Amino acid sequence: MHDGKQSERGDDAYAIRARGLTRRFGDLVAVSNLDLEVPRGRIYGFLGPNGSGKSTTIRMLCGLLTPSSGSATVLGMDVGGSTKRLKPKIGYMTQRFSLYGDLTVRENLEFIADIYSYPRGGRNERIAELLASYDLVDVVGQLAGTMSGGQRQRLALAAAVLHRPELLLLDEPTSAVDPRSRRDFWAKLFELSDAGTTILVSTHYMDEAERCHRLAILDRGVKVADGPPAELQENTGMTIIEIRAESPSRAQAELAMLPEVKSVTQLGVRLRVLVPLETAAPLELVTGTLSAAGLPAESSIVAASLEDVFVAVTSDGDNVERAS
Amino acid sequence: MKSLIRLLAVMRKELRQLGRDRITFAMIVGIPIGQILLFGYAINTDVRNLSAAVADQANTHLSREFVSNLRHTQVLKIGQPAESPEELEALLRRGKISVGVHIPHDFDRRVLDSRPDAHLLVDGADPTILGVANQLVAMPIAFDTWTVAQPTQRGLEVRPYYNPERRTAVNIVPGLIGVILTLTMMLFTAVAIVRERERGNLELLINTPVSNTQLMVGKVVPYIGIGLIQLALIIGVGKLLFNVPIRGSVLDLYLAALAFIAANLALGLFISTVAKTQFQAMQVTFFILLPSILLSGFIFPFAGMPIVAQYLGEVLPITHFIRLTRGIMLREASLAELSNELWILLGFTIVAMTGAVMRFSRRLD
Repeated sequence: MHDGKQSERGDDAYAIRARGLTRRFGDLVAVSNLDLEVPRGRIYGFLGPNGSGKSTTIRMLCGLLTPSSGSATVLGMDVGGSTKRLKPKIGYMTQRFSLYGDLTVRENLEFIADIYSYPRGGRNERIAELLASYDLVDVVGQLAGTMSGGQRQRLALAAAVLHRPELLLLDEPTSAVDPRSRRDFWAKLFELSDAGTTILVSTHYMDEAERCHRLAILDRGVKVADGPPAELQENTGMTIIEIRAESPSRAQAELAMLPEVKSVTQLGVRLRVLVPLETAAPLELVTGTLSAAGLPAESSIVAASLEDVFVAVTSDGDNVERAS
Repeated sequence: MKSLIRLLAVMRKELRQLGRDRITFAMIVGIPIGQILLFGYAINTDVRNLSAAVADQANTHLSREFVSNLRHTQVLKIGQPAESPEELEALLRRGKISVGVHIPHDFDRRVLDSRPDAHLLVDGADPTILGVANQLVAMPIAFDTWTVAQPTQRGLEVRPYYNPERRTAVNIVPGLIGVILTLTMMLFTAVAIVRERERGNLELLINTPVSNTQLMVGKVVPYIGIGLIQLALIIGVGKLLFNVPIRGSVLDLYLAALAFIAANLALGLFISTVAKTQFQAMQVTFFILLPSILLSGFIFPFAGMPIVAQYLGEVLPITHFIRLTRGIMLREASLAELSNELWILLGFTIVAMTGAVMRFSRRLD
């Protein structure tokens, strides 16, 4: 969704730029022709179901995977070549907990500090600061492998930011934690972002995606939408109709047969129906269909949620089941 | 300075993990002691007490004395008498005996005529038993009425150097050091990188500024200390239980072991970069361990092996190490006299380590 004006700006405005980034695994195209521009100091989200190419993209951006074609510049450095100078500037949090389960919280942080050559003088102060900030003081002597999912996630983030990286790459960081921990985690991300850190975070939670400054929706390796969440919600290209019906299942079956209807999703007693904007008089179409079938219902046009955006842009409506 | 801090960080981490891994820790001590007891007591090429039966069809004074002499050699353990050579064959076939002694009716006559006096029926499937039976052939048989023993033809006299009591342990223990170090050093490092890959640690590590060399060397160095502790254990137990001497310099022995440990650790690391899983790493380790036991001269004399096997043996670090340990411990050789073997070990280390560092990919594809 970039335009010519953006790409003419200096590299300073963007932490990440990618052009036609593609990665194939045999016959499978995991990421296809991806263009990406991540502004500095912002939280940029990758939203998509499992297998949509989020992890593959992040791994290409930090130099773990070589792109099959296309190119990407991260913090001004090309990721196709040597990423040695890039490593000290990025923090990476893997999808799976990747610190050492048989080391304690403190030992893990000390190890990471030494690996990043954190100055010896300020090392212990930095670790103490992180322990306090990430609520790890009470478990400092505990083996990381014996901690809860939330604690492990806080430790992983603390380790990823220890060396004060310019860019944080977070691969589904909240997939294994409870909602409370997720909220606290996002509070931390905003703190980091306010301090100037650029954050690229992948998720399959709608509420998390909604918090990002900017968002790309990936579907089967293809970027299908890109923009601030509010903007995406305004420009779905769909009319959203919410229906309260006595027998929602029968109403859903009735509406799904209409060729004009993009998708019908049941939410409790309500149905959310997506109809393309070019369809004339969509509300009448829906209510007419239902009353003809003898199904009493109240219908109204509502504003799009991010989930509606997701359904609208992904090729297959039922992707949303896996994604939420 | 930065790279030294990183190297030390990797080493410290490795030691901490090792300290918490009780089973591995127990193996460091358990493998050497268990193996030395097992091999030290079980492997005995000085064969005695082979089960045997005698069919004495002569049953004369001379034949009974002959059987008694056979018994006194302690080479044969003679059980129930048999009636006929056919019965001896049956006993052989059923695995009841390894050697059958057949003394024919005309035994006395044959002794006088200098014809073959008796027959040894030997289970020759095992060449060792055949070799032992051949020793018996040299045993003199004579009537005690003969005043002068028949002159025995002696062209060569054997003077056994270095191990006059012919104790197998003296030859086995120096080689066993090599086998044990090969097993433990290679196994520990072969799983080292693979384990981190399996647990997901590697994905994080290769995204940090730590270099391949820092990572590899840092992972390996703690094990050098462990290898040297194992060496002390083996030579200690060897001395205590089997009275295996160290005639040469202990320092020379340690220097040789250092080179050998380094070679195995480097080889283990190389395996680690090839194998995808810990299970594969172990399989490859055992694939190398087996020829290390069989083709290194540890059990069978190196020179006696077919030429192809000798070439294969030369490629194994343990072959060179066993030459070093046997030379230093038994023949009082100095390291300088055996320097060729030492250079080969060092060369081996450099090649394997370079291979490992080069093969180790900082990418996941």
